[in-house]
Amino acid sequence: MKPPRFTYHAPGTVAEALSLLDEHGDQGKVLAGGQSLLPVLSFRLATPEHLIDINRLPGLDEITRLTSGGWRIPALVRQRQAERSPRLAASAPLLTEALTQVAHPQIRNRGTICGSLAHADASAEMPAVMLALNARMTIASAAGTRVVGADDFFVFHMTTAIEANELLLSAEFDDPAPRTYTSFTEFAPRKGDFCLAGVAASVTFAGDGTVAGSRVVAAGVAATPLRLTAVEELIIGSALDAGVLAAAKQAVSDTVDPSGDVHADAEYRRQLVSVLVARALGTVQEKAVRAGDAGQDGKPGNVKEDGKNGA
Amino acid sequence: MSATTRAPEAGEAHGAPERMIGARIERREDYRLLTGHGKFLDDLEMPADTCEAAFLRSPHGHARILGIDTSAALDVPGVLGVFTGEDVQPMMKPLPAKVAHPDLQDIARLPMALDAVHYVGEPVAVVIAVSRYIAEDAADLIEVDYEPLPAISSTAAALAPGAPLAHEGARDNIAVHVTQRAGDPEAAFAAAPHVLSETFTVVRGGGHSMECRAVAARFDTVTGQLVVWDSTQAPHYARNALANLYDMPEDDIRLIAPPDVGGGFGPKAQFYGEEAVIPWVAMQLRKPVKWIEDRRENFMSAMMERTQVHRIQVAFDDDGKLIALKDVFEHDQGAYVAGLQVPMITLTTVPGQYKIPNIHTELYSCFTNMVPTSSVRGAGRPQAVAAMERMMDRVAEYLHMDPAEIRRRNLIQADEFPYKVGLIFRDGSPLTYDSGNYPEVLEGTLARLDYESWRARQASLRAEGRHIGIGIACYVEGCGLGPYEGAKVRLTNSGEILVTLAAAPQGQGYETVYAQIAADALGLDMKYIRVTTGDTGRIPFGQGTFASRITATCGPAVLQASQEMRDRIFSTAAVMLKVEGKNFVFRDNRVTLADDETASVTLQQITQVANVGKHGITMLRGVRAGLETQAYFSPERAAYASGAHAVVVEVDPETGKTEILKYVIGHDCGTVINPLLVDGQVLGGFAAGIGNAMYEEQFYDAAAQPLTTSYLDFSLPSSVEVPPVELFHVQSPSPLNPLGAKGAGEGGTIPAPAAIANAVEDALRPLGARINEMPVTPPKIVGAITRARS
Amino acid sequence: MEHDVLDGTETADRAGARVVNLTVNGERRGGLAPVRMTLADFLRHELGLTGTHLGCEHGVCGACTVIMDGAAVRSCLLLAVQADGATIETIEGLAPGREGGTGSEDGQDDELGPLQQAFHRNHALQCGFCTGGFLMSVTAALRDAPVETDDEAREVLSGNICRCTGYAGMIRAVRETSDEIYGPGLDGTARNGANS
Repeated sequence: MKPPRFTYHAPGTVAEALSLLDEHGDQGKVLAGGQSLLPVLSFRLATPEHLIDINRLPGLDEITRLTSGGWRIPALVRQRQAERSPRLAASAPLLTEALTQVAHPQIRNRGTICGSLAHADASAEMPAVMLALNARMTIASAAGTRVVGADDFFVFHMTTAIEANELLLSAEFDDPAPRTYTSFTEFAPRKGDFCLAGVAASVTFAGDGTVAGSRVVAAGVAATPLRLTAVEELIIGSALDAGVLAAAKQAVSDTVDPSGDVHADAEYRRQLVSVLVARALGTVQEKAVRAGDAGQDGKPGNVKEDGKNGA
Repeated sequence: MSATTRAPEAGEAHGAPERMIGARIERREDYRLLTGHGKFLDDLEMPADTCEAAFLRSPHGHARILGIDTSAALDVPGVLGVFTGEDVQPMMKPLPAKVAHPDLQDIARLPMALDAVHYVGEPVAVVIAVSRYIAEDAADLIEVDYEPLPAISSTAAALAPGAPLAHEGARDNIAVHVTQRAGDPEAAFAAAPHVLSETFTVVRGGGHSMECRAVAARFDTVTGQLVVWDSTQAPHYARNALANLYDMPEDDIRLIAPPDVGGGFGPKAQFYGEEAVIPWVAMQLRKPVKWIEDRRENFMSAMMERTQVHRIQVAFDDDGKLIALKDVFEHDQGAYVAGLQVPMITLTTVPGQYKIPNIHTELYSCFTNMVPTSSVRGAGRPQAVAAMERMMDRVAEYLHMDPAEIRRRNLIQADEFPYKVGLIFRDGSPLTYDSGNYPEVLEGTLARLDYESWRARQASLRAEGRHIGIGIACYVEGCGLGPYEGAKVRLTNSGEILVTLAAAPQGQGYETVYAQIAADALGLDMKYIRVTTGDTGRIPFGQGTFASRITATCGPAVLQASQEMRDRIFSTAAVMLKVEGKNFVFRDNRVTLADDETASVTLQQITQVANVGKHGITMLRGVRAGLETQAYFSPERAAYASGAHAVVVEVDPETGKTEILKYVIGHDCGTVINPLLVDGQVLGGFAAGIGNAMYEEQFYDAAAQPLTTSYLDFSLPSSVEVPPVELFHVQSPSPLNPLGAKGAGEGGTIPAPAAIANAVEDALRPLGARINEMPVTPPKIVGAITRARS
Repeated sequence: MEHDVLDGTETADRAGARVVNLTVNGERRGGLAPVRMTLADFLRHELGLTGTHLGCEHGVCGACTVIMDGAAVRSCLLLAVQADGATIETIEGLAPGREGGTGSEDGQDDELGPLQQAFHRNHALQCGFCTGGFLMSVTAALRDAPVETDDEAREVLSGNICRCTGYAGMIRAVRETSDEIYGPGLDGTARNGANS
């Protein structure tokens, strides 16, 4: 299981990297964390002629605040680095919660968040989270940069909007609206394995303790991370009481169409993801109640006037 | 022979050695392994001109080979040679089944494919190059013209009427059909008050030792001798196979298992085509050659256990006493019979710890187009235990009886040994359990589990909506198998005792354990004793490490050879000290009179006299030259270890997740030589059992293509998946060897799948869900619940 | 792998080889690495540090784990050329081991570090093939934070696979070492703990 031959490039500037991608992108692959790419090479599932190692590029390894309120995660931010950021944990707990589920620390020490997005495994945590956070991906080429929203970024299994001559420079997302609560949950054969299904949910409550809006995303049940729009529509204006959760569970079951494989048949994944959605929404509700932004048992009483961002 | 060790009691006199057998001695092997100086095969410093090999393997489950074009591969710079089946034909002979049967439809297994391939992963060609990287490049360039043929991907497919043949020209897809009987099962079933039938499917996986297979060889053109390093569990078996294949005298082949081998667990006890090809190629090229298997190869082409389907019936009376047992099972043998040991063991393990007067076990061993199957830790016993123990729970359910009680009523009792089951064991002897105390182990296990308390609380927990289940599984384990195992003991020229084992370790601590045994037998402090292992050049005969046999066979051999060495040393000392009829003892590295420590000689002095001698000078009268002894121990028959597992689980019916709340293992392996190491074996085996019970499952598609080919698809238990275990021992010594020892390597594994399946079904009993397949995974649990609802 | 054997080969590989200089176990080391050579192979075959083992070559088993610039990483998932300028720690650097040491009762433990001694005491290794990876993963984890419960120990160990021991001894070893470094854990000292 030794990698095949390739020509190795280690550009020192982004411009150099983009120029290399222009020239060799069709026959090349970008090497960032390498935690997904190296196994592909060792199994010789791909034999790129060129490897463009971006690890020496300057200025891409710091998590930064957006002036408009939010976070930018450039290409070389390691998963472990983000996982341990207290500011990120306070402000984007969905991301932090999901990061702890990604493989094991030894992988997260090298793996990058952007790398996981570009790799676009539909069972992976980061694509689902960024879709739930409505992230914007900044993609660069020698011709310039463009921004693609998460809804349009994930195209198919292992396929994104990134063209062969382009580089994903960063992912950014805004701070959540006030009274927003999140939950990430997945179910895998063992902790750290690719999940059989996973859910990333971000729910914003209105002043009266009912749901104002949400983004509820499933991993592992489609060719890309999947917005569960049926659920999002269903829960608007409701309190997340038992009846609503049951309806949400049914809505998921009715609308997802997962494929099965030897590890888990389609019916199991369908049931699993619907259960996980109900549980994620239940967790969100509990967090909102604890923070005073939703009422016990879905009753609107005891809701704070000013609301606050919640974990 | 009886075992009397004459060592003085611990602390009795200054310099007197402590008793070693039974002592919790820390391992000698650890130092080098903890500091990165282990000597695994790929760590060894091979000669500078050593080349590396990469095999091209069949991508088809079944296909004819129409032609192979190696020209592009040969052109790659750095390639020294490419060999196909045709190229190695001069040495090709069929590799015999390790365990056979007179009725076996034996289809020749060649070291490398010639005209056809019969499983994905079968070696088709080998590239020798200056590096593994380049060898793989070249292997990618070999073009093989295949004509695909229909492939058999399961035992059901193999046995279906009109099924295509897994091997063209074979009579059918049945390797062997064997029946074992005791009593009169037909009559018993006909007359029985109650009969239950069920089908259970058990899938096991590969050994997945962390070190894959590895072979290296160097041919000395001057002496005409071949040295082979092989991460094998059976050095002499491999050496003998090579001597036969190459028509070379056995002494011209020295086969060495490196001092460190990274796990074996069964797959490394077989002999593979790669082990035949690599040394031969080294001889042709006149260069040392090394092949280090990678994990993808290991998934596809290392032998594994796979699927057994058991159709089992039991007959019983109103009190739950078993009257008759019938189990007809299908075993996936793979494309070739590398050995029949696994299904033959299953065949005789089904009755287990129970008194069953009428037994019918029947095996259909089927050819399929998948990699041959052979033993993996447990070796056919987990499947037998699964069938029987699942059935015991079903009988209990049928009679509304407690599952513990049903077992109590049928256990062989402590005063009924030796117990003849009525069947014939794999080693040809009548299946006889030598010793054991099944009720004591079962009760001890249940007590530590708080079985009664959990049962009492189960109803109220269920009322709270929790799905709690309790599972029990009892087992027997034939171990300590013959035909023999051997050891030599020599006093070296430096005055050290060297114990040479034929057996090769893969982490069992032989360098420590056998020094302990020798120390006790000699009455000499362990620090003057060194153990060496697994080298056919140092000891001519041996069998191998498998089937939990070494402690019970090599132990007595070391014991005997050491006792004889003690006699030889003391009689030499008697001559040197000019005393007769006196008792001697060791004090540190001296031999002294037991009642007069002023009279002594050192081991160094003894070796000088008996081994080294003085050039041209007559030996001291009465001293026999050459202080070396050897012993080969042949057990009369297999010993029987036994035990019980009990577990409490909680199942989440929505996701199928199963959490283990408590797990207890009761274990009886006879005399425990080193408690630290025995516990390590049981707990290590337990982790493998958890894997079999809940995680490890191989999948193949209908074309016999493997679908699980990496750890991204196949889950081995990590520390999070292995729950804490309470382990206790009962020691029922075996009368079959002087140490009273049995085997400890597999008891942690064998009943785990049954215990957990029993517990899961118990947890889901209110839902009526049936668990008929192992491993029990979340999707299967949810599927069982869904089926029960409809 | 030696790269000085045959004509043609050298050229073919040298064209795609780079000098790699790094610090390994406190020593400045260097070598020529074909660009596709993994860090694991470089350590083992170019630098002769064979204590790091390859169990799967796809990042799951953890046998190849080393510490690079302070973080535990899979050396099978890194190219050697990526480690140019890096600081690497391997099992050989944990304690001043002696080449060829077979161990004996007298004072061997003195030459092992606390974690290695704890592994030894608790029979946390059998075949030893996975041990290097575990020692490096645990070393990195213990530098970060104490391990105060058996469940935390299991978490720390969960990124590596062992097929021999069943992990029980390792859990005790991790707890004991953490206690030695940080003081007793949350559920009493590890040595008093029952069933791990």
